Amino acid sequence: MMKTQKKRKTGKLSSDKLFDICNCVFLLLLVLIVAYPLYYVLIASISDPYEVYAGKTFLLPSKITLEGYARVFKEKSIALGYLNSIYYTVLGTLVSVALIITTGYCVSKKTLPFRKTIMIFYVITMYFGGGLIPTYLVVAKTGLLNSVWSLILPGGVAVYNVIVARTYFESSIPEELYEAAAIDGSSNLGTFFKIALPLAKPILAVMVIFTMVAYWNDWFTALIYMSEKNKYPLQLALRQILIQSQATATMMGNMDGGYAEANKITELIKFASIVVGAVPMLIAYPFVQKYFEKGFMAGAVKG
Amino acid sequence: MGKERKSSAAVMSKEGLGRRILKHWEFYLLLLPGILLTIIFKYIPIYGVQIAFRDYNAMDGFFGSPWVGLKWFQRFFGSYNSVRMIRNTVLLSLYSILWTFPIPIILALLINQIKNKKFQRVSQTILYAPHFISVMILCGMLRIFLSPYGGLVNVIAQALGATEPISFIDSASAFRTIYIASSIWQDAGWGTIIYIATLSSVDATLHEAAKVDGANTLQRIFHIDIPELIPVIVIQLIMSFGNLMNVGFEKAFLLQTSLNKETSEIIATYVYEQGMLKAMYSFSTAVGLFNTVVNIILLLVVNKVCKKLSNVSFI
Repeated sequence: MMKTQKKRKTGKLSSDKLFDICNCVFLLLLVLIVAYPLYYVLIASISDPYEVYAGKTFLLPSKITLEGYARVFKEKSIALGYLNSIYYTVLGTLVSVALIITTGYCVSKKTLPFRKTIMIFYVITMYFGGGLIPTYLVVAKTGLLNSVWSLILPGGVAVYNVIVARTYFESSIPEELYEAAAIDGSSNLGTFFKIALPLAKPILAVMVIFTMVAYWNDWFTALIYMSEKNKYPLQLALRQILIQSQATATMMGNMDGGYAEANKITELIKFASIVVGAVPMLIAYPFVQKYFEKGFMAGAVKG
Repeated sequence: MGKERKSSAAVMSKEGLGRRILKHWEFYLLLLPGILLTIIFKYIPIYGVQIAFRDYNAMDGFFGSPWVGLKWFQRFFGSYNSVRMIRNTVLLSLYSILWTFPIPIILALLINQIKNKKFQRVSQTILYAPHFISVMILCGMLRIFLSPYGGLVNVIAQALGATEPISFIDSASAFRTIYIASSIWQDAGWGTIIYIATLSSVDATLHEAAKVDGANTLQRIFHIDIPELIPVIVIQLIMSFGNLMNVGFEKAFLLQTSLNKETSEIIATYVYEQGMLKAMYSFSTAVGLFNTVVNIILLLVVNKVCKKLSNVSFI
């Protein structure tokens, strides 16, 4: 009795219900496929490399070992890279976000003379640039090579983010608020700091995350402008391990067992260093996801 | 309409331009650092592009080095691998757009239909995750997974009956597939945000009315959601064409090996190699300039076509 009722119900709603079920199953599969490579790296980083090599590590780690991590953390270039990356990311994010928010706020002012001209001035740089070498030569001329500023200043103002911020200011903060502040005798700067900025928290959060991730993950700028190895950010330290397959002497350490053994340890070190390099951003973004979706949507939707 | 414009113009002219500028001086102060940086690090290099037509040497600088006209361009187009590089760049770009562009749209439409909000949020979080991984780490993972020595892909292939492990990373024929598949993994989820944001602003009463009229989910997707997305899709399409020739570099560079250059050598990697490694400044700049010009032409063409087709344009 129950069964037939249920059947009839599903039969009645068939096409929509069927769609929902297929949709959920499909997305679930997709989520698993996307997540699996990351999960695999994680379990492989704590498994015995011989087991991984033999293809025995699929769902669970086998013969757990922390040797990979021990060797990675012993490596000076990684530790130094970590510190450098934190420094570059913090400083760079401060500077870039300040530039994005102030510029975005100013160009959102409809009364500002030359507002359009300034926007065109910026948008041109999105599509046309001097290219690698002319920019490099200018940076070299300014004497910024090997300085942290070479990673921050040549990027200048992130125009796309400025546009998002501008849209946010235009659409999410009512003009009347500014007018009321002006009547109360607030200066333009006062209005920016006391009214616009506190209301711009969502977009601020979004910009901080975008910028932070960009700095943390950047390696090419450092590859061009930083020739001193002790100034390499983490990503470049990882390059030597992951791309150039150079596990250094300190990492290989005292190891007997010859070439095959060394090869296996190298693989283990690779897995561990991927985890070490990716984890900070992967841990950070879900916490801010709600701000950042809110901010991004506010910035994007009404644009 | 005409009257309104007149009256606002009248107000503007009543207050002189000088006075209006003066009234906004704080804004210009705030804008100044960004403008200065942009002039120094964006516009001076643009001016410096003229070294593509000169024989640059450090002594004479951007503007004093001897003029050589189109010498570097002729050398580039005369070299045996220029055609290959242009082909590689264009094909990688086109295939990338072809594969990576539609997927986030479909994904967004499907995610938008999920009724269970918690499942929706969790799946979004996971689908976004790969975007936060650096290209460096992504390429490191690809090298491990595709390795012929115990790499996951080969292990699976052998379990399914493949006889010989294949070194995919060194295979020129696999390069584009690796490049594009990994792009989909990394950014398809992230790419949905803008579409989901747009869909969330769709008037809910539209869907309710359609339901009352007996429209099923698919019909509502096709007749309500997709039309709503069209303007965003067009803008995104123009933007991806406008940037594509530039973004490809990092991954192509990190996935390049001496054995897969036949497909992996694109203009951008060549510019880096010639400029930074071989210090052929003028030659490298000329090749880069060629790339930029092609890029801009593409952008303008796409913009025009889109304008004609759907009345949406970006520039």
